[in-house]
Amino acid sequence: MVQVASMAAQAEPAAQIALSVNNIEVIYDHVILVLRGVSLQVPKGRIVALLGANGAGKTTTLKAISNLLSAERGDVTKGTIEFEGKRVDKLTPNELVRRGVCQVMEGRHCFAHLTVEENLLTGAFTRKASRAEIRAALEKVYHYFPRLRQRRGSLAGYTSGGEQQMTAVGRALMARPSMILLDEPSMGLAPQIVEEIFEIVGNLNKQESVSFLLAEQNTNVALRFADYGYILENGRVVMDGAAGQLAQNEDVKEFYLGLSTAGRKSFREVKHYRRRKRWLA
Amino acid sequence: MQFFFEVLIGGLLSGVMYSLVALGFVLIYKASGVFNFAQGSLVFFAALTFVGLMEHGLTFGAALAVTLLVMILLGLLIEKFVLRPLVNQPQISLFMATIGLSFLIEGLAQLLWGANVRGLDIGIQDEPIGWIADATGVNVSKFDLSAAGIAAVLVTLLALLFSRTRIGRALRAVADDHQAALAVGIPLQQIWGIVWAVAGFVALVAGLLWGARNGVQFALTFVALKALPVLILGGFDSVPGAIVGGLIIGATEKLAEVYFGPYVGGGIEGWFPYVLALAFLLVRPEGLFGEKIIRRI
Repeated sequence: MVQVASMAAQAEPAAQIALSVNNIEVIYDHVILVLRGVSLQVPKGRIVALLGANGAGKTTTLKAISNLLSAERGDVTKGTIEFEGKRVDKLTPNELVRRGVCQVMEGRHCFAHLTVEENLLTGAFTRKASRAEIRAALEKVYHYFPRLRQRRGSLAGYTSGGEQQMTAVGRALMARPSMILLDEPSMGLAPQIVEEIFEIVGNLNKQESVSFLLAEQNTNVALRFADYGYILENGRVVMDGAAGQLAQNEDVKEFYLGLSTAGRKSFREVKHYRRRKRWLA
Repeated sequence: MQFFFEVLIGGLLSGVMYSLVALGFVLIYKASGVFNFAQGSLVFFAALTFVGLMEHGLTFGAALAVTLLVMILLGLLIEKFVLRPLVNQPQISLFMATIGLSFLIEGLAQLLWGANVRGLDIGIQDEPIGWIADATGVNVSKFDLSAAGIAAVLVTLLALLFSRTRIGRALRAVADDHQAALAVGIPLQQIWGIVWAVAGFVALVAGLLWGARNGVQFALTFVALKALPVLILGGFDSVPGAIVGGLIIGATEKLAEVYFGPYVGGGIEGWFPYVLALAFLLVRPEGLFGEKIIRRI
């Protein structure tokens, strides 16, 4: 805990913490322990990447924050989650969206039988906004995702994977969030589209000052766009650091970026990654 | 030819009555993916409550208002105590729950109001409309035509609710993807509560019309079974489908009875709709207006 905070502080002394996850433990179905004490922080206006292999607990972490776990018989059994200084771990997803935290789920999850524009409009459900305000919000989304303007009348189910991802992000934007939890935006998309989507995420971050917590398997792209990164393994944070430092770290290079100084190795020679022990209160 | 039209119109109008019942199914199915077997019992409960209240000396308007409140409340209670705890359970569990529920509601209705058959007069007579009969020679029942008019208004309202309003959009979103709907902040329980309340209201309208036509009795619950072929034909998740399906079923069963019935000794009205539905199921499983199953290849 202390260590993480100090490192974040080093990276940017003035940054205010928007989201803080403190040592949470998540159990599914009362027996399956998925997260064993994850702590992380997202400073205001930053992009933080949550990296790790399949099953490391990235999605679970995001769902624990957005309170979507209970719908999957999961439960946060220990630890706290704070957003802008207030506990949010007992809120319903609806209240959380009202407070400005919105999740874009893995695999897009667009409403297939609604048009792209209707999809976007559902994102504004929690807002008590006038017609004009909603109109303006739509225009803003179309400004960032010009492609959606062209497809506004098509059923979302018939649009391409990239367009669905854009719709999903746009839909979250309609709620005017201050933080978006973005789960695996690169999933199943062509590298060029992934690049395009990350560019837009970067723009949103800078121009709309939306903070992002971003779960990604594509470590390479994620570290290029993120400010800070956490690496999860087996439901624990095993490493964290500024994105630039992580990208230079030898272990990260070898295990997550597929680069190594000694050339290609056989799997037998791969040393087991020695986890940094964290003893958290 | 005149006779043909008389049968056809009679069939279409009685089809609207089926549509009314089917509509209740569609609402729940659309928003929560649950096939609500208890819809027939809700129709029965509504009619019985209304008649019971009238017997206790309430005026028509007062009984209507009270029954409406009771039905909305019942819908909300069902959502809260039966369906909410079963969220994320397999479809078959939910279906079983609604079967159990249907017997519970039937029992409850008879416990409260007794089991004897009652008449229900809503002030519209089942008699041919004079001027239509004079002009064309075709007999059209005043009652059937009024029922069709009421159904038309109801459907228009529901269609507008679904397509134009914020709540309607949220309803369709929930129908498509519960999880995503939660993630964008749509409160599922509130939406489901609304749907059940509306389904209760639709059951009330259907209960009054069916009760007025056939008398308020236990057999009213079987009306729900007549809605099944309508649903298969029109599509389980389509409001216009319920209407068109009802019209087709109503018209074909009457025409079949009149024109084919004599050859096989009659009585085909009872099962002909199911044959039609079965044939349809083989050709177009999602129904005429059901949402196409979107598959990207």
